[in-house]
Amino acid sequence: MSEIHTDETKGSAGAERQPVAFRGGGFAPKNRRWIGVLVFVLLIAIAEWGTRTGWITALTLPRPSDVLETFGELYSSGLLFKHLLPSLSRLVIGATFGVLLGICIGVLIGLFSVMRSSLVPLVAALFPIPKIALLPLFVIWFGIGEGSKYALIAFGTFTPTVVATYGAVDNVDRTLIRMGQSFGLSWLSIVRKIVLPGAMPGILSGLRISLAIAIILLVAAEMLGAEYGIGAYILEAGSLYDLERLFVGVVILSLLGVIVSAGIGILERRLLGWRV
Amino acid sequence: MDIRLEGISHHYDDFEVLRDVTLDIPAGQIVCIVGPSGCGKSTLLRFIGGLERPRSGRVVQLGQAPEGCLNPLTYIFQDFALLPWRSVAGNVSLVLEDHGIRGTAAREIIEDVLARTKLTDFAKALPKQLSGGMKQRVAIARALAVKPAVMLMDEPLSALDSQTRELLMDDLVDLWSRQPFTAVYVTHNLAEAVRLGHKVVVLSRRPGQIQEIVEINKPLPAREFGDPELDEPQRYLWRLMREEARAADAELMNV
Repeated sequence: MSEIHTDETKGSAGAERQPVAFRGGGFAPKNRRWIGVLVFVLLIAIAEWGTRTGWITALTLPRPSDVLETFGELYSSGLLFKHLLPSLSRLVIGATFGVLLGICIGVLIGLFSVMRSSLVPLVAALFPIPKIALLPLFVIWFGIGEGSKYALIAFGTFTPTVVATYGAVDNVDRTLIRMGQSFGLSWLSIVRKIVLPGAMPGILSGLRISLAIAIILLVAAEMLGAEYGIGAYILEAGSLYDLERLFVGVVILSLLGVIVSAGIGILERRLLGWRV
Repeated sequence: MDIRLEGISHHYDDFEVLRDVTLDIPAGQIVCIVGPSGCGKSTLLRFIGGLERPRSGRVVQLGQAPEGCLNPLTYIFQDFALLPWRSVAGNVSLVLEDHGIRGTAAREIIEDVLARTKLTDFAKALPKQLSGGMKQRVAIARALAVKPAVMLMDEPLSALDSQTRELLMDDLVDLWSRQPFTAVYVTHNLAEAVRLGHKVVVLSRRPGQIQEIVEINKPLPAREFGDPELDEPQRYLWRLMREEARAADAELMNV
């Protein structure tokens, strides 16, 4: 060792010395929460400043402070919850139906050849249909009341859930299933204790997409015969070109999306803590 | 309980994997199966435990499994096959639940097998927190919990580093000395084979046939790391396998 060392000092006497350049790093994005908030604040501040100085006309974009004021009025008049509650109940009931049915069908497709061959093409055929286009059909089938709204949201969340679930079941480690069989576990035990928990990461990331679709479809569902609801509120404001109220509705939907996404994040941390 | 393989042959589509393998696995002994890669040794192990069916020939069980045996033919896998969402104790409990063993009865068995594999302090840990060697000890504990008549070990130490491998070999010898078990031990590592095997079955390259069965008479607990007495059988095994391994290595993959 010492020999090499003296050798090196001798060699370095004449030659040029320079440090090895660092070329690793990058490609590892991290989540910095405050930057996300900063982007929102900055955009709203620009909109506020632009509308106040007249650089952005009132027809182009409503002033954020006016939108906030409208929201305050909506809240103090008690109309906020009158609109929010029916929307939430439509969302919860419709999405629950769609997601549960989707998970069941997805697991069946993932486990049985007959189900796979028969249902995969069917789901592929249903997936690209804009569900809004089927609204009249749903009205005929389920009536103009709540039924058609639940059905629309359920149908819209069903297809992405099926696709995510059977993909997730396909990805469950086969050696774990072999292990279960080799210990003589029953079919039901293997599904309950190995397949479902193993598919959970994929199912939850599918849930992010299907619940966002549910919020989109909420507005569509309330296009027909809904007196109250966030969607109805937005549509009414839109037809009157009342941009402040339109934006209040849009912001509520955005917040709903953020809350749902955060909720799934919490669920993932609790259910998927075992992931490496 | 003994296991007997009777004329096992197998082929996938049009390539032959195993040809006429007949072998006895007597109770209380560890039978090692070695052979070049692709010779069908893992396939053979899957036949023994009933995870796959051979095209011809059969595996028979002679005599009844001892009383209290929950899963007579129990595997230990190369990649451990632990459920990552269950703790160490939960992974052991998994294989008891289906036999209706819960509560105190289950807790007693779990404590016992974890103590035997020196895992008592890690009962609540998740697999992701464990080293490779510990994960394989959990898998061994899980196998012990069902009181197997025959352990089917598919390259159980191949995913581990060489120090861990030595430690686990000592653990296996300890377990066997305290209570002799029957095992079929598939490996490509000749040092493991001569260390743990009472019999070493040498398979030829594909289609796998039994080339020779080498008996090693030195008692298991007396064998140790770098044992000069094991050098000779190991060298002999390598001479048997060398040409086969070279030829197998030069073959095109056909999977």
